[in-house]
Amino acid sequence: MQDFLREYLPILIFLGLAIALGGILIIAAAVIAVRNPDPEKVSAYECGFNAFDDARMKFDVRFYLVSILFIIFDLEVAFLFPWAVAFGDMSMTAFWSMMVFLTVLTAGFAYEWKKGALEWQ
Amino acid sequence: MIAQDLQVILPEIALAVYAIVALLAGVYTGKDKSAAMIVWITAAVMAVIGLWIATGSGTNAAFGGSFVDDSFARFCKVIILFSGAVVLVMTQDYMARRGILRFEYPVLVALATVGMMFMVSAEDLLVLYMGLELQSLSLYVVTSLRRDSVKSTEAGLKYFILGALSSGMLLYGASLTYGYTGTILFSGIIEAAGDDVSIGLLFGLVFLIAGFAFKVSAAPFHMWTPDVYEGAPTPVTAFLSTAPKMAALALMARVLHEGFGGVISDWQQILAFLSVLSMFVGAIAAIGQTNIKRLMAYSSISHMGFALMGLAAGTTFGVEAMLIYMVIYITMNVGMFAFILSMEKDGVPVTDIGALHMYSKHEPLRALALLVLLFSLAGVAAPMLGFFGKFYVLRAAVEAGMTWLAVAGVIAAVIGAFYYIRIVYYMYFGQDREPLDAGGGPILWVVLMGSALIMIVGVINMFGMEPVAAAAAAALVN
Repeated sequence: MQDFLREYLPILIFLGLAIALGGILIIAAAVIAVRNPDPEKVSAYECGFNAFDDARMKFDVRFYLVSILFIIFDLEVAFLFPWAVAFGDMSMTAFWSMMVFLTVLTAGFAYEWKKGALEWQ
Repeated sequence: MIAQDLQVILPEIALAVYAIVALLAGVYTGKDKSAAMIVWITAAVMAVIGLWIATGSGTNAAFGGSFVDDSFARFCKVIILFSGAVVLVMTQDYMARRGILRFEYPVLVALATVGMMFMVSAEDLLVLYMGLELQSLSLYVVTSLRRDSVKSTEAGLKYFILGALSSGMLLYGASLTYGYTGTILFSGIIEAAGDDVSIGLLFGLVFLIAGFAFKVSAAPFHMWTPDVYEGAPTPVTAFLSTAPKMAALALMARVLHEGFGGVISDWQQILAFLSVLSMFVGAIAAIGQTNIKRLMAYSSISHMGFALMGLAAGTTFGVEAMLIYMVIYITMNVGMFAFILSMEKDGVPVTDIGALHMYSKHEPLRALALLVLLFSLAGVAAPMLGFFGKFYVLRAAVEAGMTWLAVAGVIAAVIGAFYYIRIVYYMYFGQDREPLDAGGGPILWVVLMGSALIMIVGVINMFGMEPVAAAAAAALVN
């Protein structure tokens, strides 16, 4: 038990260091930093010209759809890589499991496409 | 080998494949125009799979013991599938008239049901989590089905955030449990735990229970329930308050008995605490509610407290009492929601209980059915099935030597009876106001009357449910 825990000592030290350093930087910014704000300094910065409007604008929901789609297919690739690397040593079960996974994913993609979620009008 | 494994989960595969096919069929054909048909087909498929599961027998393990099909799982699955099918059928008309009947609704309900079927059969922590997430994610989406309504989307978001938090706690508990036992199989955990848990494993156990308590909306993890129940479309509330509760409680019973059955005294006190707190919070907080959906939310918190009492007993009879309690609760709740779905004035849904003043004068038969259901929900000394549900869990608590818990339960039940009987008072002795519409289709009428009738006729022998529940409980606790 003790040996088992001792193996985690580096992690503990690392955590302590991370927390301490994070704390120090935040406190330092609050204590040491020079602060004399003026309206120009605190206004929104937009590539050299005056800001057009508020930064908190509504995004089209399609941005989210596309990004979610990206995440799903990104994960799919993350699954496919180890599968592909170990392909030669695998059983038929492993092969068909991946095929089922891909089929389910494709069904979802077909649904999203047909539903019109990918059209930009 | 794999063929045998697949054989065991064939009902789940069938429902999952059906859901995917229905999704594609829906989107490639009439979209929301075919929604009504998909609702009916989904309900039929779920009922057929329920019957199919009911014919099964024996204990079949699959995937190296990660999944089991025993009589406990079958009992729960049949209840889940049938209640889901009834809720689908009775809500179709309501959704269609409000213009929120999308074809995704039955598909998501079917997927949530697949998740629940995995939950009650899970024999290891990962299968448990996967089932739970499939169910939860589907429910988050159906909760915000009315996406133009602020309340519905808020309810969905709230449910999602708190659900994610509870999943996080559950996973933390699962990782601690794995860390201290070296296995995720319940059968391995019970061996590694022995009859004396280490402090780390105890932490894991407590986190797991906290996660489950969120899912069954037991106090003090109940905060989301009233808001979600109120904000979700009423048909979704009807679904939320029935099948998922059964699944979550069954899951809890399985983890506690099969994974931690050797250390019952360690979790017994936590469950007794959850139980007492839920019963009282549900009973007392409901008194101030005037919205019937919020009222039903507190009512369900209180009922979960009673169901947890059966589990807290830690005996075979306790699990049996919990199962019986849940079946009766679900039957009553389906009837109640059949009534709530039909509450409308000038075609607009009403959820204020003040609208029920002198309801008995305008609709004597429906008022009578509601009276039966309300007395049954209150469950105090009335010749209705709800009383027997309470009686079983109280007996389980007393037999396990927890008389104080049973006494607390009786007190909470008496407090809770107040707000149920207040509705009865409004219906029979209230002031005369503008009556509600005579709304509600024939399906709602049949479900309401059927549920009320079961509450009375069931008193005779509970339709032979007791030996089945006893066998199911015996399969779990050994």
